[in-house]
Amino acid sequence: MRTLEFIEQVKKGKISVEENTKKVLEEAEKINSEYFYFNSISKELAIQQAREIDKKIKAGKAKGMLLGLPVSVKDCIVVKNVESTAGSKILKGYFPTFNSTVVQRCIDEGAVIIGKTAQDEFGFGSFSINVGVGFKTPLNPFDKKRVTGGSSGGSGGYSQKTKFNQISLAESTGGSIVCPAAFCGVAGLCPTYGLVSRWGMMDYANSLDKIGPMAKTVEDCALMLNVIAGRDEKDSTSVDSKKEDYLSYLKKDGKKLKVALIKETFGEGTDEVISKKIKDRLVSLNISYDEIELPLNYKYSIAAYYLMSTTEASTNLAKYCGMRYGAHEKLEGGFNEYFSKVRSLNFGQEAKRRIILGTFARMSGFRDAYYMRAVKVRTKLIEEYKKAFSKYDILICPTMPILAPTFDETKKLTPLQNYIIDIMTVGPNLAGLPHLSINIGMEKGLPVAMMMISDHFQEGKLIQFSKEFEK
Amino acid sequence: MDVNRDLVLKVAENARLKLSEEEVKRFIPQIKEILENFSKLDEIDIKNTKPSFQPVEIKNHVREDKTGKCLSQEDALKNTIHKKDGYFKGPRAV
Repeated sequence: MRTLEFIEQVKKGKISVEENTKKVLEEAEKINSEYFYFNSISKELAIQQAREIDKKIKAGKAKGMLLGLPVSVKDCIVVKNVESTAGSKILKGYFPTFNSTVVQRCIDEGAVIIGKTAQDEFGFGSFSINVGVGFKTPLNPFDKKRVTGGSSGGSGGYSQKTKFNQISLAESTGGSIVCPAAFCGVAGLCPTYGLVSRWGMMDYANSLDKIGPMAKTVEDCALMLNVIAGRDEKDSTSVDSKKEDYLSYLKKDGKKLKVALIKETFGEGTDEVISKKIKDRLVSLNISYDEIELPLNYKYSIAAYYLMSTTEASTNLAKYCGMRYGAHEKLEGGFNEYFSKVRSLNFGQEAKRRIILGTFARMSGFRDAYYMRAVKVRTKLIEEYKKAFSKYDILICPTMPILAPTFDETKKLTPLQNYIIDIMTVGPNLAGLPHLSINIGMEKGLPVAMMMISDHFQEGKLIQFSKEFEK
Repeated sequence: MDVNRDLVLKVAENARLKLSEEEVKRFIPQIKEILENFSKLDEIDIKNTKPSFQPVEIKNHVREDKTGKCLSQEDALKNTIHKKDGYFKGPRAV
């Protein structure tokens, strides 16, 4: 059943939300015991929300775009009274006293919040293997020896594995929505920077973080974007955007859009089976395309992205010091001694590495050479994309250059080699451009994904174009 | 860029991280490799380029200077175990 049909059935009182929610929770617990997609399952909250919705339906007062729909939430997006850790030991025991704006908007539209999904600690990873100290690593839904992709790995794996209608709220800084969408074979839509409020989200890098949906279909992503897009006065970086009905783009002709393949992404470094599959699908659907080059982006985006994101992360993570929330240690020694102890015991290896890199890049004497240079290079990279969008509506590339790797394969990578895996995704993230990953088939039993990028605030075009592939 | 033990320890101290000997040994070559690779940004001419602190234009929004709702004292203290008489209790300052 399509999610829109499910919601219609709920509205008509043909589905008991409580019964459905209980089945969803039972399945989520079962899946979780095997695949580790949730850091916590909010059973009591979900059942309580479901009962309230059923009551409203009986009283004829029920309304909402997500009525009765289960929604899972990446752990870095806070849910009131549900442990929210961003996958880090340093936030263990933190139970927020408020809802993030996106979660509140979902609840206001009748959603049932079922739990917090697993992720790389604070989003620091491409595979969901950099989980915090003491957290379990999520396993790929098609092969348990392989990664889910990151950092929204729990959202990706669960969206694939559940048999029920569900949408997940995920988050991307440098590719954390589309990467796990690719490796788990689901759809993931990362919106334009500023379209969706970040209020109540634990920052990784505040000039890069975006909240967006992951689900089985693009239609479900469009539905969720209708709910969460729009200015929020609590987030000073949320933008006054035109109110849109993203679902309406599913009725438009995707073939009318001008399309270009990004040449650099189909050559060396990309698994040939992925390149071939994308080109074959375009040909079989009779979609004509040009090829363009984005030389600056594919040479410099990784360096600019990691310098900027780690700099921002090192300041954002300065607040975690074991005093007001999260992990606490015994109060001993002076300020610096205590804070250093808490941070050293509770941050994982990748978090420490990124804090060190970022602190270095903004230190006096190095700031101009590293951070400020990266911020200016970002302008150049945005200009290169803008030039491409003056001619084309959609740019296409593989979402990831490889199929989901095994855990053993990822262990052989140095941190730099690990960062380079993000070559397809960091560009649109640095430029704040909307991008959407969809599954276009299987190879060697693993999902193959294609990514589409459009100009700022042109999410509609991505939805319109991708629909051609879901027919 | 000479990434050595002293630099890593200095940066870690600034970041309030106490690294183990093993971590220091691991991080030195890793950070060296990363920074050497990232120095390729030097190739780009950025002389007349403005920085992009945000990827899209963000307009300033101001609100009326009126008192709004804020976190209650009880909620603010709900998540800490270090509290006393309605205040956070921290490590000694001096």
